[in-house]
Amino acid sequence: MTPTLKPAPQNSAILPAPPGSLLDIEHLSVEEIEEILESAAAMQRRLAKSDSRAALMRTLAGRRVALLFYEASTRTRVSFEFAAKNLGAFTTVVTAAASSIEKGESLVDTGYTIQATGAEAIVMRHPSSGAAALLARHIHVPLINAGDGMHEHPTQALLDAFTILRHKKTLRGLHVLIVGDIFHSRVARSNVQLLSKFGSRITLCGPDALLPRLASTLAPGVVVSRDFDAELRSADVIMMLRVQKERLAGLDLNVADYIAQYQLTGERLRAAKRGAIVMHPGPMIRGMEITAQVADGAQSVIVEQVQNGVLTRMAILARAFALNEQGGR
Amino acid sequence: MKNVTSRKSPNKKVAAKRPPKQKPILIRGGHLIDPASGIDAPMDLLLRDGRVAKVTQPGKIPAKGTQLINAKGLIVAPGFIDIHVHLREPGQSHKETIATGTDAAAAGGFTSVCCMPNTVPVNDDVKITRWMQSAERGAVVNVFPIAAATLGSMGERITDFAALHDAGAVAFSDDGKPILGDEIMRACLEAAAKLGVPVIQHAEDTRLTVGCSMNLGPTSLRLGLRGMSVESESRIVERDIRLARETGGHLHVAHLSTKKALDAVRRAKKEGVHVTCEVTPHHFVLLDEHVGQYNTNYKMCPPLRSEEDRDAMVRGLLDGTIDCIATDHAPHAFHEKQQEFERAPMGITGLETSLPIALQVLHHHNGLPLRRIVELLSTNPAKIVGLKGRGTLAVGSHADVTIFDPKKKWKFYAQDSRSKSKNTPFDGWEFGGANWLTITNGKVIFTAKGPKVR
Repeated sequence: MTPTLKPAPQNSAILPAPPGSLLDIEHLSVEEIEEILESAAAMQRRLAKSDSRAALMRTLAGRRVALLFYEASTRTRVSFEFAAKNLGAFTTVVTAAASSIEKGESLVDTGYTIQATGAEAIVMRHPSSGAAALLARHIHVPLINAGDGMHEHPTQALLDAFTILRHKKTLRGLHVLIVGDIFHSRVARSNVQLLSKFGSRITLCGPDALLPRLASTLAPGVVVSRDFDAELRSADVIMMLRVQKERLAGLDLNVADYIAQYQLTGERLRAAKRGAIVMHPGPMIRGMEITAQVADGAQSVIVEQVQNGVLTRMAILARAFALNEQGGR
Repeated sequence: MKNVTSRKSPNKKVAAKRPPKQKPILIRGGHLIDPASGIDAPMDLLLRDGRVAKVTQPGKIPAKGTQLINAKGLIVAPGFIDIHVHLREPGQSHKETIATGTDAAAAGGFTSVCCMPNTVPVNDDVKITRWMQSAERGAVVNVFPIAAATLGSMGERITDFAALHDAGAVAFSDDGKPILGDEIMRACLEAAAKLGVPVIQHAEDTRLTVGCSMNLGPTSLRLGLRGMSVESESRIVERDIRLARETGGHLHVAHLSTKKALDAVRRAKKEGVHVTCEVTPHHFVLLDEHVGQYNTNYKMCPPLRSEEDRDAMVRGLLDGTIDCIATDHAPHAFHEKQQEFERAPMGITGLETSLPIALQVLHHHNGLPLRRIVELLSTNPAKIVGLKGRGTLAVGSHADVTIFDPKKKWKFYAQDSRSKSKNTPFDGWEFGGANWLTITNGKVIFTAKGPKVR
């Protein structure tokens, strides 16, 4: 019955991208992820001492990294910039508003142009899912995805894993609760992919409009739940996501109801499993998905996440240049 | 325009003095399949003056004075008819022209194509309808325009069906956009019924598909793309069936893609509602998951669906619920497809891969007899849009013939396509079965390269 026409060898399994690129977590192996996390830990050690910090500056001394940002960003952009500079690289930031992008230049042409000016790696944030995969098919310098639409934000998931591992022994068997607007969240997608590879128990929690039941198909080990309070009792990691009021309005979802059911409050956190850590990829809307008390509380590792972002991105940039050179051998 | 005519007139005079004596074509030794005449047997075929002159037992027609075509081991069929193509003229000749599109059609075994009205401007006017059919377009196969059902395909005011029909339109559609309003769709069905032509509906409830670029399912969720639900198609099909029942008009559902909509058509047919439907090769072969890493050559509307839906399409073809195969040939320039997935235009080319896919999937893998393949590609499409003397090889009908090799192993490469655009997901695919020779109105317009062709 089923047609047995064989498609020509095709794209799903292989990612056509320049060596050293990081487009998503889905196509990374456990080993590759472990290497990045180990490298980030090494970066932390080396940054701590002044002599090794100076040596770090020689890693990418004089190399050129372009930060191509089609979408607003604070922490991702700044941390990539500091990460590159900690390794001695030059950076240039290209934003949609202040470039030829505004004049209608296509993504591919913009990529060609940036590469032709001498960029040796491109870090890109883009509002459209799959933009990174598109550009990566056309350039030869490594491309690092700093968030593409609703698809993935791989460097966020890596820094989150790094952060979790500072507090928990292993990801295996860990109960991670991801709460809020899963549907629109590239952070959630990347974290689900990463945690699933390491055998974590992942529970996605949120209202139907922001979390379709289909989300349980995202990766092995994913469960969808609507009962925040019940899930909190066993969660080792509570990852809160930003909820935009405009989105709730568009979906005819009541803000007060949302807060009542899914806001992480001090009271809720007290009833949660002991030792649970609270994470948030930012930007946070205090008073919406999380209260200020929890965000600034003892169990919160939110500031640490930002700090680890620089380390992880240093590891990713160093890897990009190293692998690209090997690949070009 | 005047210059072109005057330059051509001397040739016409020459032609008038000495009419080109085209030799009759004798197709000998082939296996002739003409479902409309109930023929599925070794037969010889003589074409003369643009018509079928004789259909006889093998070896009965002397070869003397004819252009002989040896069709041994091949299938001789009435020329294929694709009732859903986008030739992009007028207005988007960087994607395709009527000349290049029909050239691709000829290569794929099609002798007639019906071109959709979503040109620039929209074909909602007799001038455009006639312009499309003018000899100056350089078409190598018959071109039958489908005119817009509403002005500018805006879904508000109905076009002049009678005038457009007089100008050569064979059906009415706002393809690419659905006719959403109940009352306007009803009016279209009623107007079409008076002329005995179908209203072809692109069944998509666009109120449910805002911002969507692929099928709703695990793949769209994983890729972070908004997905079109099954209901966005089935709701419109169900509504249209109700209107067809009420008006008695002929509803033709374009590019069906979901099991739910197909089931609705199946029920309506049992009930006797005048409804027909088509499916594209990609919808009975590919799945939404083949979009892979945002490959825009897998982006079209309706989108590639789930395995359940895809299998339902195959079943619908096997059990006869689906009347015909149509390609929805939708050429787009390379740079247009090399965009962000959500931004890239919908559609893929399909004229050259339709027959090979049908043979491979339906005939070789699912045992559908070749007679049924010919029905799906020729007999039935001719009936749906009412092409008299086409879709058959009965004596006296137009000399439109497709000769194909149902077993030939070959690989299709997009770069070899005769279409101006190469946006196909079937690049590099291996097929068992290929078009071999195409004759339109008594003229050989395509021969496959290879040792067999003289």
